[in-house]
Amino acid sequence: MKGERAVTASPVLPVLLPAAERMARTALRERANGAPLLRLRAAHGIALLVTFAVGCALAQSQVLPANPSILETIWKWTPLLARGFVFNLAISFVAMALGTIAGLFLGYAQISLLPPVRKAAWFATHFFRNAPWLVLLFYCMFLLPFEVSILGVTIPIPDWTKATLGLALPVMANVSEIVRGAIQSIPTTQWEAAASLAFNRRQTMWMIILPQCIKRMLPPWMNLYAILTMATVLASIVGVNEMMTLTQRALSAENRPGLLLAFYSYVLLWFFVYCYPIARWTVRLEKRYAVNQ
Amino acid sequence: MSVEPPHPSPLPARGERVPGVREAGEGRAIVELRDVHQSFGDVEVLKGVSFAVAKGGVVCIIGPSGSGKSTLLRCINGLVPIKSGTIRVADFDVHSLVTDRQRIALRKEVSMVFQQYNLFPHKTALENVMMAPIHVLNENRNEVRERAIALLTKVGLAAKRDAYPGELSGGQQQRVAIARSLAMRPEVMLFDEVTAALDPETVKEVLNTIRGLAREGMTCILVTHEMRFARELADEVLFTDGGTIVESGPPAELFDRPQKQRTKAFLSQIL
Repeated sequence: MKGERAVTASPVLPVLLPAAERMARTALRERANGAPLLRLRAAHGIALLVTFAVGCALAQSQVLPANPSILETIWKWTPLLARGFVFNLAISFVAMALGTIAGLFLGYAQISLLPPVRKAAWFATHFFRNAPWLVLLFYCMFLLPFEVSILGVTIPIPDWTKATLGLALPVMANVSEIVRGAIQSIPTTQWEAAASLAFNRRQTMWMIILPQCIKRMLPPWMNLYAILTMATVLASIVGVNEMMTLTQRALSAENRPGLLLAFYSYVLLWFFVYCYPIARWTVRLEKRYAVNQ
Repeated sequence: MSVEPPHPSPLPARGERVPGVREAGEGRAIVELRDVHQSFGDVEVLKGVSFAVAKGGVVCIIGPSGSGKSTLLRCINGLVPIKSGTIRVADFDVHSLVTDRQRIALRKEVSMVFQQYNLFPHKTALENVMMAPIHVLNENRNEVRERAIALLTKVGLAAKRDAYPGELSGGQQQRVAIARSLAMRPEVMLFDEVTAALDPETVKEVLNTIRGLAREGMTCILVTHEMRFARELADEVLFTDGGTIVESGPPAELFDRPQKQRTKAFLSQIL
């Protein structure tokens, strides 16, 4: 049975079967997810730790006796970097919240019975999903005014707000796809059963289909959040004072090229420590729901 | 999910006998199909089906797979629109229902039980039974609850009312599905191969439930492969093949003295 499937699908040598099966499974999951699975593993953390250690060791070997040690330097800058990290988290929360709310509506519109609504939602979803995040970020930075006047009151729009909006756009598009995929993954027999019990479309959607979707949407949504969190450092390119920007400032203040590797792997470690538990939790949820279905 | 509107079509010629329709004076049939045609793309699924079911009648539809039996049932409650012909259920002209609102009114009278149960997996057995009367018929929750418990008791599952569908066996799920349909107090029940997915032991419990309903006078249309059941319970058996009714009659006649060659061949295969 396994052999047959592999042979009919593509000419795969039998010796490759285990890998081919695994790859096929991953491909299926990625298709269901609507995006490549970027998943943190423990190995990534170990690699980061090693890099950090090597970076520190290398830098330490270049330290002049008069200067403080590498770890002391890093420790000195840590409060500032932590403030930057909190900013990253704030951007990720707000962008996720905005993107999720907009994405729910957009995903719902994608399965509208009205063709113009459906097509417009499809276009918006795919436009923002396939545009590079950085490009969207730049658009928001440079297209939005730095202040708006409403009824004579001038409200400034700080850079970080614009960056958050820029990041919320791809989140919205991805959530839209997650919603559409989840709704369409519910067997049509559920619609039939609801229809034959005289439920209308709106009732069917809200009482029968969507409650069943939440379980299916949660893991890809959490995965998206982890990806977003890691992407918040993009805001440094447009000058927001988040962790990456502050790291660069710290490095230029120290003015010691040997610190580069140690500092950047230190920043990566922070992100890893935050995102890895989310990734593990996502995997656990996926497994649990897979058993239940 | 778009649904194309049914096309109007001429009725069959006057005087043509429609199986199951009694002579005038005996009361109007509650379900009546005339010359129903239906196709999916180029494939004609129903090629002129006519029959009628009297109130309280039990009609069994038998026939090989792909003969259009399930489609026929789905046409009766408006899940599948028909290409031509007429379907009347009580006072509803099913073929001319266009809006969702109209179909919903029809479906309050006609309930359907599916081969794969199709219970709502996120709701308990009791909630499954209670949902539609509360939200569709806007009935009082407490009354519905009492009725739902009575129905679950009737199908022998009062003890399982807080179980989720995933925790029930196939036969139990199917009985909950029957209770769920009954909770709408329909005029007509449609059963679409409701025992086909069950193991032989649990078939019996589901058939007993249906037998009880039929004896209480519920109008039932069943698509089934349970020939013995059909023989025992049906007022009329329809044998369908290739989208038409090949032969119909009371079970004793159809099973023991089939007239058509195709019917004989089919029955000899399965009996």
